Amino acid sequence: MVPEYETVIGLEVHVELKTNSKIFCNSTTAFGGEPNTHVCPVCLGLPGVLPVVNRKALEYTIRTALALNCEIAGFSKFDRKNYYYPDMPKNYQISQYDLPFAQKGHLNIELNGNIRRIGITRVHLEEDTGKLVHPATITTSPYSLVDYNRAGVPLMEIVSEPDLRSPEEARAYLEKLKAIISYLDVSDCKMEEGSLRCDANVSVRLQGKEEYGTKTEIKNMNSFKSLQRALAYEVERQIEVLGNGGRVIQETRAWDEGKGITLSMRSKEEAHDYRYFPEPDLVPLVIDRQWVEEIRASLPELPDARKTRYQRDYGLSAYDAARLAAELELAEFFEACVKCYPQPKMVSNWINGELSRLLNLHNININACPLTPPQLGALLELIEKGTISGKIAKTVFEEMFNKGKDPAQIIQEKGLIQISDEDALIKIVNEVITQNQKVVDDYRAGKDRALAFLVGQVMKVTRGKANPELVNRLLKEKMQ
Amino acid sequence: MDTMTTKETKKQVITTSQVEHVALLARLELNEAEKDIYVNQLNNILAYMQMLNELNTENVTPTAHVLPLYNVFRQDEVGRHMPVEKVLANAPEKEEQFFKVPRIV
Repeated sequence: MVPEYETVIGLEVHVELKTNSKIFCNSTTAFGGEPNTHVCPVCLGLPGVLPVVNRKALEYTIRTALALNCEIAGFSKFDRKNYYYPDMPKNYQISQYDLPFAQKGHLNIELNGNIRRIGITRVHLEEDTGKLVHPATITTSPYSLVDYNRAGVPLMEIVSEPDLRSPEEARAYLEKLKAIISYLDVSDCKMEEGSLRCDANVSVRLQGKEEYGTKTEIKNMNSFKSLQRALAYEVERQIEVLGNGGRVIQETRAWDEGKGITLSMRSKEEAHDYRYFPEPDLVPLVIDRQWVEEIRASLPELPDARKTRYQRDYGLSAYDAARLAAELELAEFFEACVKCYPQPKMVSNWINGELSRLLNLHNININACPLTPPQLGALLELIEKGTISGKIAKTVFEEMFNKGKDPAQIIQEKGLIQISDEDALIKIVNEVITQNQKVVDDYRAGKDRALAFLVGQVMKVTRGKANPELVNRLLKEKMQ
Repeated sequence: MDTMTTKETKKQVITTSQVEHVALLARLELNEAEKDIYVNQLNNILAYMQMLNELNTENVTPTAHVLPLYNVFRQDEVGRHMPVEKVLANAPEKEEQFFKVPRIV
Protein backbone atom coordinates (compact mmCIF):
# COMPACT_ATOMS: atom_id res chain seq x y z
CA MET A 1 0.00 0.00 0.00
CA VAL A 2 1.23 3.48 -0.82
CA PRO A 3 1.73 5.43 2.40
CA GLU A 4 -0.55 8.41 2.86
CA TYR A 5 1.15 11.67 3.75
CA GLU A 6 -0.31 14.68 5.44
CA THR A 7 0.86 18.14 4.41
CA VAL A 8 1.76 20.67 7.10
CA ILE A 9 2.19 24.32 6.12
CA GLY A 10 2.76 27.49 8.09
CA LEU A 11 3.02 30.92 6.45
CA GLU A 12 5.13 33.92 7.32
CA VAL A 13 3.61 36.98 5.75
CA HIS A 14 5.31 40.36 5.54
CA VAL A 15 3.21 43.44 4.97
CA GLU A 16 4.54 46.94 4.33
CA LEU A 17 2.45 49.42 6.28
CA LYS A 18 1.22 52.46 4.41
CA THR A 19 2.47 55.12 6.74
CA ASN A 20 3.80 58.30 5.14
CA SER A 21 7.20 58.06 6.75
CA LYS A 22 9.50 55.19 7.66
CA ILE A 23 9.34 53.29 10.93
CA PHE A 24 12.25 55.01 12.72
CA CYS A 25 12.85 58.19 10.72
CA ASN A 26 11.02 60.74 8.61
CA SER A 27 12.11 59.56 5.17
CA THR A 28 9.24 58.87 2.81
CA THR A 29 7.87 55.36 2.23
CA ALA A 30 6.79 56.18 -1.34
CA PHE A 31 7.28 53.24 -3.70
CA GLY A 32 9.87 53.60 -6.44
CA GLY A 33 11.78 56.85 -6.69
CA GLU A 34 15.31 57.26 -7.99
CA PRO A 35 17.74 54.92 -6.18
CA ASN A 36 18.94 56.13 -2.77
CA THR A 37 16.88 59.32 -2.75
CA HIS A 38 14.36 58.33 -0.04
CA VAL A 39 16.98 58.10 2.65
CA CYS A 40 18.35 60.07 5.58
CA PRO A 41 21.16 59.55 8.11
CA VAL A 42 18.93 57.33 10.31
CA CYS A 43 17.88 54.78 7.70
CA LEU A 44 21.38 54.83 6.22
CA GLY A 45 22.69 53.81 9.63
CA LEU A 46 25.20 56.65 9.84
CA PRO A 47 27.07 56.97 13.13
CA GLY A 48 25.48 58.95 15.93
CA VAL A 49 21.86 58.78 14.81
CA LEU A 50 18.93 57.63 16.94
CA PRO A 51 15.84 55.84 15.67
CA VAL A 52 12.44 56.95 17.05
CA VAL A 53 9.30 54.81 16.66
CA ASN A 54 6.59 56.03 14.29
CA ARG A 55 3.42 55.88 16.42
CA LYS A 56 1.25 55.28 13.34
CA ALA A 57 3.18 52.11 12.49
CA LEU A 58 2.47 50.76 15.96
CA GLU A 59 -1.18 51.76 15.68
CA TYR A 60 -1.52 49.92 12.35
CA THR A 61 0.11 46.83 13.85
CA ILE A 62 -2.26 46.83 16.82
CA ARG A 63 -5.19 47.43 14.47
CA THR A 64 -4.23 44.38 12.42
CA ALA A 65 -3.55 42.24 15.46
CA LEU A 66 -6.97 43.06 16.91
CA ALA A 67 -8.67 42.15 13.62
CA LEU A 68 -6.79 38.84 13.79
CA ASN A 69 -8.13 38.19 17.30
CA CYS A 70 -4.71 38.48 18.91
CA GLU A 71 -3.76 39.31 22.47
CA ILE A 72 -1.96 42.65 22.55
CA ALA A 73 1.17 42.76 24.69
CA GLY A 74 1.20 45.05 27.71
CA PHE A 75 4.96 45.40 27.50
CA SER A 76 6.98 45.14 24.32
CA LYS A 77 10.37 46.04 22.92
CA PHE A 78 12.46 46.00 19.79
CA ASP A 79 15.50 43.79 19.30
CA ARG A 80 18.55 43.81 17.11
CA LYS A 81 18.86 40.99 14.60
CA ASN A 82 22.50 40.84 13.56
CA TYR A 83 23.55 39.56 10.19
CA TYR A 84 26.09 40.28 7.54
CA TYR A 85 24.26 41.18 4.38
CA PRO A 86 24.32 44.52 2.58
CA ASP A 87 20.53 44.90 2.31
CA MET A 88 20.73 46.80 5.60
CA PRO A 89 23.39 49.46 5.94
CA LYS A 90 23.76 48.86 9.69
CA ASN A 91 24.55 45.12 9.48
CA TYR A 92 21.53 44.53 11.63
CA GLN A 93 17.80 44.82 11.31
CA ILE A 94 15.64 46.24 14.08
CA SER A 95 12.97 43.63 14.66
CA GLN A 96 11.20 41.96 17.58
CA TYR A 97 12.26 38.73 19.21
CA ASP A 98 10.75 37.48 22.45
CA LEU A 99 8.18 40.20 23.15
CA PRO A 100 6.22 40.85 19.93
CA PHE A 101 3.34 43.34 19.94
CA ALA A 102 0.74 40.59 19.62
CA GLN A 103 0.32 36.82 19.90
CA LYS A 104 -2.23 34.00 19.88
CA GLY A 105 -4.74 35.08 17.24
CA HIS A 106 -6.63 33.30 14.51
CA LEU A 107 -8.59 33.76 11.32
CA ASN A 108 -11.13 31.53 9.60
CA ILE A 109 -10.75 30.20 6.09
CA GLU A 110 -13.50 28.63 4.03
CA LEU A 111 -12.81 25.99 1.44
CA ASN A 112 -15.48 23.90 -0.27
CA GLY A 113 -17.99 24.99 2.32
CA ASN A 114 -15.82 23.94 5.28
CA ILE A 115 -14.73 26.60 7.71
CA ARG A 116 -11.38 26.06 9.44
CA ARG A 117 -9.75 28.18 12.10
CA ILE A 118 -6.07 28.89 11.44
CA GLY A 119 -3.95 29.98 14.38
CA ILE A 120 -1.80 33.12 14.27
CA THR A 121 1.32 32.69 16.35
CA ARG A 122 2.44 36.29 16.45
CA VAL A 123 2.32 39.73 14.85
CA HIS A 124 5.40 41.87 15.13
CA LEU A 125 6.92 44.96 13.64
CA GLU A 126 10.32 45.41 12.03
CA GLU A 127 12.06 47.54 9.43
CA ASP A 128 12.07 46.51 5.79
CA THR A 129 15.41 46.04 4.07
CA GLY A 130 16.92 47.74 1.05
CA LYS A 131 16.73 46.22 -2.41
CA LEU A 132 19.51 44.44 -4.26
CA VAL A 133 19.60 45.05 -7.97
CA HIS A 134 21.52 42.94 -10.45
CA PRO A 135 22.76 44.53 -13.65
CA ALA A 136 22.68 41.27 -15.63
CA THR A 137 20.72 38.23 -14.51
CA ILE A 138 21.01 37.21 -10.88
CA THR A 139 23.29 34.27 -11.70
CA THR A 140 25.67 35.98 -14.10
CA SER A 141 25.97 39.40 -12.52
CA PRO A 142 29.53 39.96 -11.27
CA TYR A 143 28.36 42.30 -8.50
CA SER A 144 25.24 43.59 -6.73
CA LEU A 145 23.86 47.11 -6.50
CA VAL A 146 22.03 48.37 -3.45
CA ASP A 147 19.15 50.83 -3.21
CA TYR A 148 18.19 51.78 0.36
CA ASN A 149 14.90 53.55 -0.47
CA ARG A 150 12.96 50.64 1.04
CA ALA A 151 15.23 50.26 4.06
CA GLY A 152 13.27 51.28 7.12
CA VAL A 153 9.76 51.07 5.67
CA PRO A 154 7.58 49.66 8.47
CA LEU A 155 7.13 45.95 7.90
CA MET A 156 4.61 43.90 9.82
CA GLU A 157 5.27 40.19 10.10
CA ILE A 158 2.36 37.81 10.65
CA VAL A 159 3.28 34.22 11.46
CA SER A 160 0.70 31.46 11.29
CA GLU A 161 0.66 28.22 13.24
CA PRO A 162 1.47 25.11 11.16
CA ASP A 163 -2.29 24.60 10.79
CA LEU A 164 -2.60 24.61 7.01
CA ARG A 165 -3.07 21.17 5.46
CA SER A 166 -2.87 21.82 1.72
CA PRO A 167 -1.59 24.34 -0.82
CA GLU A 168 -5.24 25.34 -1.39
CA GLU A 169 -5.67 26.12 2.30
CA ALA A 170 -2.45 28.13 2.27
CA ARG A 171 -3.78 30.19 -0.61
CA ALA A 172 -7.17 30.65 1.07
CA TYR A 173 -5.37 31.82 4.22
CA LEU A 174 -3.25 34.35 2.34
CA GLU A 175 -6.29 35.61 0.44
CA LYS A 176 -8.25 36.03 3.65
CA LEU A 177 -5.33 37.78 5.33
CA LYS A 178 -4.98 40.14 2.39
CA ALA A 179 -8.71 40.89 2.45
CA ILE A 180 -8.63 41.68 6.17
CA ILE A 181 -5.58 43.92 5.84
CA SER A 182 -7.09 45.76 2.87
CA TYR A 183 -10.30 46.36 4.84
CA LEU A 184 -8.19 47.76 7.69
CA ASP A 185 -6.56 50.15 5.22
CA VAL A 186 -3.10 49.68 6.73
CA SER A 187 -1.30 48.43 3.62
CA ASP A 188 -1.59 48.49 -0.17
CA CYS A 189 -1.14 44.70 -0.15
CA LYS A 190 0.33 44.66 -3.65
CA MET A 191 2.17 41.40 -4.16
CA GLU A 192 3.59 42.64 -7.46
CA GLU A 193 5.15 45.68 -5.76
CA GLY A 194 6.28 43.61 -2.80
CA SER A 195 4.10 45.32 -0.19
CA LEU A 196 2.68 41.86 0.59
CA ARG A 197 5.21 39.02 0.67
CA CYS A 198 4.89 35.45 1.76
CA ASP A 199 7.29 32.67 2.77
CA ALA A 200 6.14 29.18 3.63
CA ASN A 201 7.33 26.43 5.95
CA VAL A 202 6.39 23.08 4.48
CA SER A 203 6.70 19.53 5.71
CA VAL A 204 4.93 16.22 5.26
CA ARG A 205 4.33 13.41 7.73
CA LEU A 206 2.73 10.01 7.57
CA GLN A 207 -1.00 10.21 8.11
CA GLY A 208 -1.83 9.85 11.78
CA LYS A 209 1.65 10.76 13.03
CA GLU A 210 1.83 13.54 15.56
CA GLU A 211 5.49 14.40 15.11
CA TYR A 212 6.24 16.93 12.36
CA GLY A 213 8.46 15.99 9.45
CA THR A 214 11.57 18.01 8.59
CA LYS A 215 10.48 21.29 7.04
CA THR A 216 11.82 23.41 4.24
CA GLU A 217 11.30 27.14 3.89
CA ILE A 218 10.06 28.29 0.49
CA LYS A 219 10.70 31.82 -0.75
CA ASN A 220 10.17 33.89 -3.86
CA MET A 221 6.47 33.28 -4.43
CA ASN A 222 5.10 36.45 -5.97
CA SER A 223 1.41 35.75 -6.42
CA PHE A 224 -1.38 33.66 -4.95
CA LYS A 225 -1.08 31.33 -7.88
CA SER A 226 2.67 30.88 -7.49
CA LEU A 227 2.20 30.23 -3.76
CA GLN A 228 -0.18 27.39 -4.52
CA ARG A 229 1.97 26.00 -7.33
CA ALA A 230 5.20 26.21 -5.34
CA LEU A 231 3.67 24.45 -2.35
CA ALA A 232 2.10 21.73 -4.48
CA TYR A 233 5.48 21.13 -6.09
CA GLU A 234 7.34 21.10 -2.79
CA VAL A 235 4.90 18.70 -1.12
CA GLU A 236 5.26 16.32 -4.04
CA ARG A 237 9.03 16.64 -3.97
CA GLN A 238 9.24 15.82 -0.27
CA ILE A 239 6.92 12.82 -0.61
CA GLU A 240 9.08 11.56 -3.46
CA VAL A 241 12.28 11.98 -1.43
CA LEU A 242 10.76 10.06 1.48
CA GLY A 243 9.26 7.45 -0.83
CA ASN A 244 12.72 6.74 -2.23
CA GLY A 245 14.00 6.16 1.29
CA GLY A 246 15.69 9.57 1.47
CA ARG A 247 15.57 12.32 4.07
CA VAL A 248 14.21 15.83 3.67
CA ILE A 249 16.96 18.35 4.41
CA GLN A 250 16.05 21.40 6.44
CA GLU A 251 16.90 24.26 4.12
CA THR A 252 15.63 27.33 2.34
CA ARG A 253 14.44 26.81 -1.21
CA ALA A 254 13.52 29.36 -3.85
CA TRP A 255 10.56 28.95 -6.15
CA ASP A 256 11.47 29.28 -9.83
CA GLU A 257 8.28 30.45 -11.52
CA GLY A 258 9.53 29.81 -15.05
CA LYS A 259 10.69 26.25 -14.43
CA GLY A 260 7.94 25.45 -11.95
CA ILE A 261 10.33 23.98 -9.36
CA THR A 262 11.89 24.85 -6.01
CA LEU A 263 15.69 25.03 -5.78
CA SER A 264 17.97 24.86 -2.77
CA MET A 265 19.36 28.26 -1.74
CA ARG A 266 21.80 26.67 0.66
CA SER A 267 25.22 28.23 0.82
CA LYS A 268 28.19 27.29 2.97
CA GLU A 269 27.90 30.56 4.88
CA GLU A 270 24.40 29.84 6.06
CA ALA A 271 25.08 29.91 9.74
CA HIS A 272 21.85 31.39 11.07
CA ASP A 273 23.03 33.00 14.23
CA TYR A 274 21.34 36.34 14.54
CA ARG A 275 22.53 37.05 18.10
CA TYR A 276 19.37 38.97 18.99
CA PHE A 277 19.63 41.41 21.84
CA PRO A 278 17.39 44.25 23.09
CA GLU A 279 17.79 47.30 20.84
CA PRO A 280 19.66 49.78 23.02
CA ASP A 281 18.73 52.76 20.80
CA LEU A 282 15.00 52.36 21.47
CA VAL A 283 13.28 52.46 24.83
CA PRO A 284 10.67 49.76 25.60
CA LEU A 285 6.95 50.22 25.07
CA VAL A 286 4.16 49.98 27.57
CA ILE A 287 1.03 49.72 25.51
CA ASP A 288 -1.81 51.84 26.82
CA ARG A 289 -4.96 49.70 27.22
CA GLN A 290 -7.23 52.64 26.56
CA TRP A 291 -5.49 53.27 23.26
CA VAL A 292 -5.93 49.60 22.35
CA GLU A 293 -9.65 49.83 23.14
CA GLU A 294 -9.96 52.99 21.03
CA ILE A 295 -8.34 51.17 18.12
CA ARG A 296 -10.64 48.18 18.67
CA ALA A 297 -13.68 50.45 18.60
CA SER A 298 -12.50 51.93 15.29
CA LEU A 299 -12.24 48.59 13.47
CA PRO A 300 -14.33 48.52 10.29
CA GLU A 301 -16.72 45.76 9.22
CA LEU A 302 -14.43 42.87 8.23
CA PRO A 303 -14.78 40.48 5.27
CA ASP A 304 -16.60 37.70 7.17
CA ALA A 305 -19.15 40.13 8.60
CA ARG A 306 -19.70 41.67 5.20
CA LYS A 307 -20.20 38.27 3.61
CA THR A 308 -22.81 37.36 6.23
CA ARG A 309 -24.56 40.68 5.66
CA TYR A 310 -24.73 40.06 1.90
CA GLN A 311 -26.28 36.63 2.49
CA ARG A 312 -28.72 37.95 5.06
CA ASP A 313 -29.76 41.29 3.52
CA TYR A 314 -29.39 40.52 -0.16
CA GLY A 315 -30.13 36.79 -0.28
CA LEU A 316 -26.85 36.02 -2.06
CA SER A 317 -25.34 32.53 -2.01
CA ALA A 318 -22.40 31.94 0.33
CA TYR A 319 -20.15 31.60 -2.68
CA ASP A 320 -21.22 34.85 -4.36
CA ALA A 321 -21.19 36.77 -1.08
CA ALA A 322 -17.68 35.52 -0.26
CA ARG A 323 -16.35 36.46 -3.68
CA LEU A 324 -17.70 39.99 -3.43
CA ALA A 325 -16.56 40.48 0.15
CA ALA A 326 -13.05 39.16 -0.55
CA GLU A 327 -12.02 42.44 -2.14
CA LEU A 328 -12.97 45.71 -0.52
CA GLU A 329 -13.08 47.73 -3.74
CA LEU A 330 -15.26 45.13 -5.43
CA ALA A 331 -17.59 44.99 -2.43
CA GLU A 332 -17.89 48.79 -2.43
CA PHE A 333 -18.59 48.75 -6.16
CA PHE A 334 -21.28 46.11 -5.65
CA GLU A 335 -23.00 48.15 -2.96
CA ALA A 336 -22.89 51.30 -5.10
CA CYS A 337 -24.47 49.34 -7.98
CA VAL A 338 -27.22 47.99 -5.72
CA LYS A 339 -28.04 51.58 -4.77
CA CYS A 340 -28.55 52.39 -8.47
CA TYR A 341 -30.32 49.16 -9.32
CA PRO A 342 -31.81 47.49 -6.25
CA GLN A 343 -31.71 43.90 -7.46
CA PRO A 344 -28.68 42.51 -5.61
CA LYS A 345 -28.73 39.03 -7.14
CA MET A 346 -28.72 40.38 -10.68
CA VAL A 347 -25.96 42.87 -9.81
CA SER A 348 -23.93 40.13 -8.12
CA ASN A 349 -24.28 37.85 -11.15
CA TRP A 350 -22.88 40.53 -13.41
CA ILE A 351 -20.04 41.49 -11.08
CA ASN A 352 -19.00 37.94 -10.31
CA GLY A 353 -19.57 36.96 -13.94
CA GLU A 354 -18.73 39.33 -16.79
CA LEU A 355 -17.01 42.00 -14.73
CA SER A 356 -14.71 39.55 -12.92
CA ARG A 357 -13.98 37.78 -16.17
CA LEU A 358 -12.88 41.02 -17.84
CA LEU A 359 -10.93 42.21 -14.78
CA ASN A 360 -9.02 38.92 -14.76
CA LEU A 361 -8.52 38.99 -18.50
CA HIS A 362 -6.97 42.47 -18.36
CA ASN A 363 -5.39 41.73 -14.99
CA ILE A 364 -6.64 44.97 -13.45
CA ASN A 365 -8.39 46.07 -10.30
CA ILE A 366 -11.93 47.47 -10.36
CA ASN A 367 -10.55 50.93 -9.59
CA ALA A 368 -8.52 50.86 -12.80
CA CYS A 369 -11.65 50.24 -14.85
CA PRO A 370 -13.67 53.25 -16.13
CA LEU A 371 -17.04 51.51 -15.59
CA THR A 372 -19.22 53.28 -13.00
CA PRO A 373 -22.00 51.82 -10.81
CA PRO A 374 -24.75 54.00 -12.42
CA GLN A 375 -23.67 52.68 -15.82
CA LEU A 376 -23.97 49.05 -14.77
CA GLY A 377 -27.33 49.89 -13.17
CA ALA A 378 -28.50 51.48 -16.43
CA LEU A 379 -27.45 48.41 -18.41
CA LEU A 380 -29.39 46.09 -16.12
CA GLU A 381 -32.44 48.30 -16.52
CA LEU A 382 -32.18 48.12 -20.30
CA ILE A 383 -32.09 44.33 -20.10
CA GLU A 384 -35.06 44.30 -17.77
CA LYS A 385 -37.06 46.55 -20.10
CA GLY A 386 -36.21 44.31 -23.04
CA THR A 387 -34.40 47.08 -24.95
CA ILE A 388 -31.49 44.71 -25.43
CA SER A 389 -31.11 40.96 -25.01
CA GLY A 390 -28.90 39.42 -22.35
CA LYS A 391 -26.52 38.31 -25.06
CA ILE A 392 -26.19 41.74 -26.65
CA ALA A 393 -25.79 43.16 -23.15
CA LYS A 394 -22.49 41.30 -22.85
CA THR A 395 -21.18 43.04 -25.96
CA VAL A 396 -22.39 46.38 -24.67
CA PHE A 397 -20.87 45.65 -21.28
CA GLU A 398 -17.45 44.95 -22.74
CA GLU A 399 -17.55 48.32 -24.49
CA MET A 400 -18.61 49.99 -21.24
CA PHE A 401 -15.78 48.20 -19.43
CA ASN A 402 -13.18 49.36 -21.92
CA LYS A 403 -14.36 52.90 -22.63
CA GLY A 404 -16.53 53.91 -19.69
CA LYS A 405 -19.39 54.93 -22.01
CA ASP A 406 -23.07 54.86 -21.05
CA PRO A 407 -24.90 51.77 -22.30
CA ALA A 408 -27.61 53.81 -24.06
CA GLN A 409 -24.96 55.61 -26.09
CA ILE A 410 -23.28 52.35 -27.13
CA ILE A 411 -26.60 50.79 -28.11
CA GLN A 412 -27.47 53.85 -30.19
CA GLU A 413 -24.06 54.09 -31.88
CA LYS A 414 -23.96 50.42 -32.77
CA GLY A 415 -27.65 50.00 -33.55
CA LEU A 416 -28.02 47.23 -31.02
CA ILE A 417 -31.61 47.83 -29.88
CA GLN A 418 -33.45 44.57 -29.55
CA ILE A 419 -35.98 43.83 -32.28
CA SER A 420 -39.24 43.14 -30.51
CA ASP A 421 -41.42 44.16 -33.45
CA GLU A 422 -43.45 41.08 -34.46
CA ASP A 423 -44.05 42.20 -38.02
CA ALA A 424 -40.36 42.76 -38.64
CA LEU A 425 -39.44 39.41 -37.14
CA ILE A 426 -42.14 37.37 -38.90
CA LYS A 427 -40.57 38.17 -42.23
CA ILE A 428 -37.22 36.85 -41.10
CA VAL A 429 -38.77 33.82 -39.41
CA ASN A 430 -40.55 32.93 -42.65
CA GLU A 431 -37.32 33.23 -44.62
CA VAL A 432 -35.45 31.01 -42.21
CA ILE A 433 -38.20 28.38 -42.32
CA THR A 434 -38.19 28.32 -46.11
CA GLN A 435 -34.42 28.03 -46.30
CA ASN A 436 -34.16 25.24 -43.74
CA GLN A 437 -36.93 22.91 -44.71
CA LYS A 438 -35.04 19.80 -43.55
CA VAL A 439 -34.52 21.19 -40.06
CA VAL A 440 -38.14 22.21 -39.92
CA ASP A 441 -39.09 18.61 -40.75
CA ASP A 442 -36.79 17.39 -37.97
CA TYR A 443 -38.53 19.70 -35.53
CA ARG A 444 -41.91 18.47 -36.60
CA ALA A 445 -40.60 14.90 -36.16
CA GLY A 446 -39.99 15.79 -32.50
CA LYS A 447 -36.34 16.85 -32.45
CA ASP A 448 -36.31 19.75 -30.00
CA ARG A 449 -32.71 20.63 -30.81
CA ALA A 450 -33.81 21.69 -34.27
CA LEU A 451 -35.59 24.66 -32.74
CA ALA A 452 -32.40 25.99 -31.21
CA PHE A 453 -30.75 25.86 -34.62
CA LEU A 454 -33.55 27.86 -36.20
CA VAL A 455 -33.47 30.45 -33.40
CA GLY A 456 -29.77 30.73 -34.05
CA GLN A 457 -30.39 31.38 -37.73
CA VAL A 458 -32.80 34.23 -36.94
CA MET A 459 -30.22 35.65 -34.52
CA LYS A 460 -27.58 35.46 -37.22
CA VAL A 461 -29.71 37.42 -39.68
CA THR A 462 -30.53 40.05 -37.05
CA ARG A 463 -26.96 40.11 -35.73
CA GLY A 464 -28.15 39.00 -32.32
CA LYS A 465 -30.68 41.77 -31.94
CA ALA A 466 -33.90 39.74 -32.17
CA ASN A 467 -35.79 39.27 -28.93
CA PRO A 468 -35.08 35.58 -28.28
CA GLU A 469 -38.34 34.79 -26.51
CA LEU A 470 -40.34 36.34 -29.32
CA VAL A 471 -38.37 34.44 -31.96
CA ASN A 472 -39.01 31.20 -30.11
CA ARG A 473 -42.71 31.85 -29.98
CA LEU A 474 -42.99 32.91 -33.62
CA LEU A 475 -41.02 29.91 -34.88
CA LYS A 476 -43.15 27.49 -32.89
CA GLU A 477 -46.34 29.12 -34.13
CA LYS A 478 -45.23 29.04 -37.75
CA MET A 479 -44.16 25.41 -37.65
CA GLN A 480 -47.29 24.06 -36.02
CA MET B 1 20.39 33.33 31.46
CA ASP B 2 20.66 30.55 34.03
CA THR B 3 24.39 30.23 33.62
CA MET B 4 24.79 33.93 34.28
CA THR B 5 22.98 33.83 37.58
CA THR B 6 24.93 30.91 38.95
CA LYS B 7 28.01 31.89 40.86
CA GLU B 8 30.45 29.62 39.12
CA THR B 9 33.31 31.53 37.59
CA LYS B 10 34.66 29.52 34.73
CA LYS B 11 38.02 30.80 33.60
CA GLN B 12 37.85 29.46 30.07
CA VAL B 13 34.38 30.32 28.67
CA ILE B 14 35.39 31.24 25.15
CA THR B 15 37.04 28.62 22.98
CA THR B 16 38.96 28.96 19.73
CA SER B 17 36.06 27.47 17.77
CA GLN B 18 33.71 30.11 19.18
CA VAL B 19 36.09 32.85 18.11
CA GLU B 20 36.21 31.30 14.65
CA HIS B 21 32.41 31.19 14.52
CA VAL B 22 32.01 34.82 15.53
CA ALA B 23 34.78 35.84 13.13
CA LEU B 24 32.89 34.14 10.32
CA LEU B 25 29.66 35.92 11.24
CA ALA B 26 31.51 39.24 11.29
CA ARG B 27 33.40 38.38 8.10
CA LEU B 28 36.76 38.80 9.83
CA GLU B 29 39.77 36.86 8.61
CA LEU B 30 41.96 35.91 11.59
CA ASN B 31 45.27 34.07 11.66
CA GLU B 32 46.12 31.60 14.46
CA ALA B 33 47.97 34.19 16.53
CA GLU B 34 45.06 36.60 16.31
CA LYS B 35 42.60 33.88 17.32
CA ASP B 36 44.67 33.26 20.47
CA ILE B 37 44.65 36.96 21.24
CA TYR B 38 40.86 37.14 20.95
CA VAL B 39 40.31 33.97 22.98
CA ASN B 40 42.38 35.54 25.74
CA GLN B 41 40.87 38.98 25.54
CA LEU B 42 37.28 37.78 25.38
CA ASN B 43 37.83 35.46 28.32
CA ASN B 44 39.32 38.29 30.33
CA ILE B 45 36.37 40.54 29.51
CA LEU B 46 33.86 37.86 30.49
CA ALA B 47 35.75 37.10 33.68
CA TYR B 48 35.67 40.79 34.54
CA MET B 49 31.94 40.91 33.88
CA GLN B 50 31.52 37.91 36.17
CA MET B 51 32.07 40.32 39.04
CA LEU B 52 28.46 41.43 38.54
CA ASN B 53 27.36 38.01 39.68
CA GLU B 54 28.69 38.79 43.10
CA LEU B 55 25.90 41.33 43.55
CA ASN B 56 22.71 40.26 45.18
CA THR B 57 20.05 41.04 42.56
CA GLU B 58 17.21 39.18 44.23
CA ASN B 59 15.07 42.28 44.60
CA VAL B 60 16.03 43.91 41.33
CA THR B 61 13.59 43.44 38.43
CA PRO B 62 15.16 42.63 35.09
CA THR B 63 15.11 45.43 32.55
CA ALA B 64 15.27 45.62 28.78
CA HIS B 65 16.85 49.04 28.86
CA VAL B 66 19.05 51.12 31.13
CA LEU B 67 16.93 54.28 30.90
CA PRO B 68 13.77 54.62 32.99
CA LEU B 69 11.86 55.71 29.89
CA TYR B 70 9.01 54.22 27.85
CA ASN B 71 7.00 55.07 24.74
CA VAL B 72 9.12 57.60 22.93
CA PHE B 73 7.24 58.17 19.68
CA ARG B 74 7.36 60.42 16.67
CA GLN B 75 4.44 61.51 14.50
CA ASP B 76 4.11 60.12 11.00
CA GLU B 77 5.54 63.06 9.10
CA VAL B 78 7.90 63.11 6.14
CA GLY B 79 10.99 65.28 6.45
CA ARG B 80 14.02 66.11 4.36
CA HIS B 81 16.06 63.52 2.49
CA MET B 82 19.79 63.55 1.95
CA PRO B 83 21.10 64.64 -1.45
CA VAL B 84 22.23 61.54 -3.30
CA GLU B 85 25.82 62.83 -3.70
CA LYS B 86 26.09 62.94 0.07
CA VAL B 87 24.44 59.53 0.44
CA LEU B 88 27.07 57.98 -1.79
CA ALA B 89 29.98 60.13 -0.61
CA ASN B 90 31.45 57.42 1.62
CA ALA B 91 30.58 54.44 -0.55
CA PRO B 92 33.74 52.40 -1.22
CA GLU B 93 32.28 51.66 -4.63
CA LYS B 94 29.26 53.00 -6.49
CA GLU B 95 27.57 52.75 -9.84
CA GLU B 96 25.10 55.38 -11.03
CA GLN B 97 23.04 56.03 -7.91
CA PHE B 98 23.64 52.65 -6.31
CA PHE B 99 26.04 51.30 -3.73
CA LYS B 100 28.12 48.63 -5.42
CA VAL B 101 28.89 45.50 -3.40
CA PRO B 102 30.30 42.03 -4.04
CA ARG B 103 27.79 39.74 -5.70
CA ILE B 104 25.10 38.65 -3.27
CA VAL B 105 22.53 36.07 -4.21
